[in-house]
Formats: sequence, C-alpha cells, structure tokens
Amino acid sequence: MSSSSPDSPCLLVQSLRFADSGPYSFSLGPGSCTGINGVSGVGKTRLLRALADIDQSTGRVVLNGKDREHYTPPQWRRLVALVPAESRWWHPTVAEHLPVDHDQQQAVELLQGCGFEPDILGWDVSRLSTGEKQRLSLVRALIRTPQILLLDEAGSGLDRDNGELLEGLVSNFLGGKGAAAIWVSHDPEQLERVATLTMTMFKDRLCF
Amino acid sequence: MNVAILSPLDLSIAAALILILAGLSFNLKLGLESQILIASIRMTIQLLLIGLVLHYLFSSGSVWLIILVSQVMLLAAGREVRARLKRKLRGFFGYHVGVSAMFVSSFSVALLALLVILRQDPWYEPRYAIPFLGMLLGNTMTGVALAADRLTSLFYEQREVIEQRLMLGETRSEAVSDIRRDCMRTGMIPLINSMAATGLVSLPGMMTGQILGGTPPIEAVKYQILIMFLIGAGSGFGVICAIYMIEKHLFDDRHRLVLDKLLPAG
Repeated sequence: MSSSSPDSPCLLVQSLRFADSGPYSFSLGPGSCTGINGVSGVGKTRLLRALADIDQSTGRVVLNGKDREHYTPPQWRRLVALVPAESRWWHPTVAEHLPVDHDQQQAVELLQGCGFEPDILGWDVSRLSTGEKQRLSLVRALIRTPQILLLDEAGSGLDRDNGELLEGLVSNFLGGKGAAAIWVSHDPEQLERVATLTMTMFKDRLCF
Repeated sequence: MNVAILSPLDLSIAAALILILAGLSFNLKLGLESQILIASIRMTIQLLLIGLVLHYLFSSGSVWLIILVSQVMLLAAGREVRARLKRKLRGFFGYHVGVSAMFVSSFSVALLALLVILRQDPWYEPRYAIPFLGMLLGNTMTGVALAADRLTSLFYEQREVIEQRLMLGETRSEAVSDIRRDCMRTGMIPLINSMAATGLVSLPGMMTGQILGGTPPIEAVKYQILIMFLIGAGSGFGVICAIYMIEKHLFDDRHRLVLDKLLPAG
C-alpha cells in the first residue's frame, strides 16, 4: 500500500483505483527505479496504463507538485511515458516514429546506447526483429525526454548482451535527467540489477 | 411521346424470369430460391405501397404530409446505416450518428436543391421533393455506411496502434489521422468511380426513367448531372460528418480510447 517517500518526489500517487484493483499509494523520487513484480493477471500492466492515463482510474496522481488534471492528456503522456511489452509500428520507416523536431545528436546517442548504428532510422519497420523493436520502442520513448518512464516487461525477450545495453540506457537516462522509472518484470534477477526498490503487487496493495 | 402503359401480363413475363432464376438456384443447389422469391415479393409489395403513398401525396400536396414522409425516410435511412455496421455503436448514439450523417448528406442537400436550384411553386412540390430526397438518401447511404463500418472495425483492430500513439503524446486526432483518412476515402471513392463511369458504362435509372417518360434526352441528362453532383457532394459531406462524430464518441475527454461503446461484432 505504501512505499518510499523521498524528500521531493517527482511522482506522488494517492489511493489510485482502476477496474477492481487498488487503492495504491506510493511516490517516486528523482533518479529512482522502482521494480514491480506480482503474479500474472494481478494488474501490473493496468497499473502502468492507469498511471499513463490510457485507462480510466480514480485517485490522485501528482507530477512535480501539479495534479494530473492540470496537464493536457498529450502533455501528461509525454511526461509519463509508457513503453509497452509489445511495440506497434505504424509508419513505414523507423525515423518517422520519432518527433519531427527531435535532437539528432540525442537520437544518435540513444541508438548507439542500445547497440544500433544510426542508419537504422532509415530502415523499413518490417525488417526489424522482435528484439530490435523492443529496444527501439525504448528509444522512441526516451527521445521525448519523459519525467517518468513506465516499463512493461522491457528487455524480457532480449539476449543477455542486448538486455544489459537496454538496462544501461535506462539507468544512464535516470541518472542524467533526474527522471524516475517503474519497471514491471517477472524476472527477479533483472529487478535486482535495475531497481533501487522492488515491490510486489496484489489486488489491493503494493508490498516491499 | 406517351409512356407505354404496362399491363399485369407484361410484369408477369418479367416475373417469370425471376421464377426461372429460382428454378435454376434449386437445380444448382444454391439454396437461394426462397430468398429470391421472398425478396421479389417484398419488392413488389413495397413498391406498390409506395406508389399508392406517392399518388396520395402528389394529389394532396400537404406540406405537413411531405415533412412527415421525409422524416420517416430520414429515420429509416439512419437506422439502415447503423444496421450495416459489423461493430455497432451501443445505445441511441448509433441511430443518432446515422440520422445526423444522412441529414447532412441528403436532407440539407435536397433542401438546397429545392429552394435554390429547382425553385418550384410551392418549393416543396412533392413531385420533386420526394424523388430527390429518396435518390439522395439511397445513394449516399452506401458511402456513409461503408465509411462508418470501416472506422469502427479499424478502431477495434488497430486499438493497440492508437493507444501506443497516444502513449507517445499524440492527441486523439493525431493518433487516428491515418485511419480517418482511410475511412473517408473508403466512403467517397465508390461515388467518384460511379461519377466517372456514368454515361459510359451505366445509364442511371432516373435519366432512363425520364427518357422513357418522354423527356428530351438533353433535359434528362441535365437532371442527371444535377443529381450526380448533389449525390457526390452530399455523400462526401455525410461521410465526413459520420467519421468525425464516431471518432469523437469513441474517445473520452482525456483522449482515452473507449471501445466498450462498441457492441461485439455480429
């Protein structure tokens, strides 16, 4: 039901309820990465969707001292970015999925951080493997410089090397930008590597 | 030139062709014979009834009666649009969107034609008003229903794409822009194709009817051009109206996709 309460949390969640789950209350401090595990079907993905305001929920969600209702939905979702377990791609090339006005240098750094050459931006998305899509979906979220990163089973299907690259990219991002992350995973070893704190989710509470 | 009066025997000869087709369906085990017969009987009864209604309407000339008949036609067209959706919209909104789109595509366009182009005295002259409205409703309904059906189907099939676009901070309008364009094209292209083929591949029913009725071909052609323009424009307006209405309805005010406003496919 509760967890850390850093001095100046960037995300504060109070009595969050969605569908038949909750209430959940917790906060995320700058630079933190909170791991969440729990049995399948308990609602981990729905928690992330509720936080990103993709699904309806009740309760209070505050980012940098401002209630969610004071942000427009697009503003909120750019700041609280959800990276889903399976990514979808709708434009012909990878580059078209990045913002038109994105920072070229940042894109190159993010791509290299994920083990890609920059020319992958010109690739047709039908050429991408499942693992490549997974890493690129993180890049397309990070380039929008979110404050809160919600990762749903990120890196679960990757080989060890690429998994480590992805984890490194997230921790660099959190360290450099003062952002925070929630990382949902079924892999306790992965959570041990990436999370500063791990919680187990139940229908009505989150426990250490 | 007078119209050749058709006798019941003349119609029976044409009906015999349908009986032959039903017989062929039975022989070829198509299983369509009862449908062919029922549809033929329904069509005959419906047209005879509407013939009687039109006869009464033309002779009475009452504006209220014309308004009543036109409202019934509009509501029936709206209901038909809803019925053609594979994934129907829940509740009253399904009818509301159908009737609104048909109002924009047909009712308002027919009214414009009567008041500004045809300028009969009285303006609601039933010999013009009812056939014009009927032709507009019948011809624009297909485009509107096609576009609306594709929209509800694509929203359902591509819900993950829509939601992932929202997750990246796109507005609801941006997140469905490709789908919207696709559906509007789907609704409008049949009409554009039919305009292109008219006169070359097909001779439209209204023009043929007028020529059979003794109108000089050039006059009949002018009426056909008028009706094609009205149908083309009305259809496009109706499609745009239906797409925007359904699109707005399937999101809430926080730009969340609300697909439980759709009934399961049936």
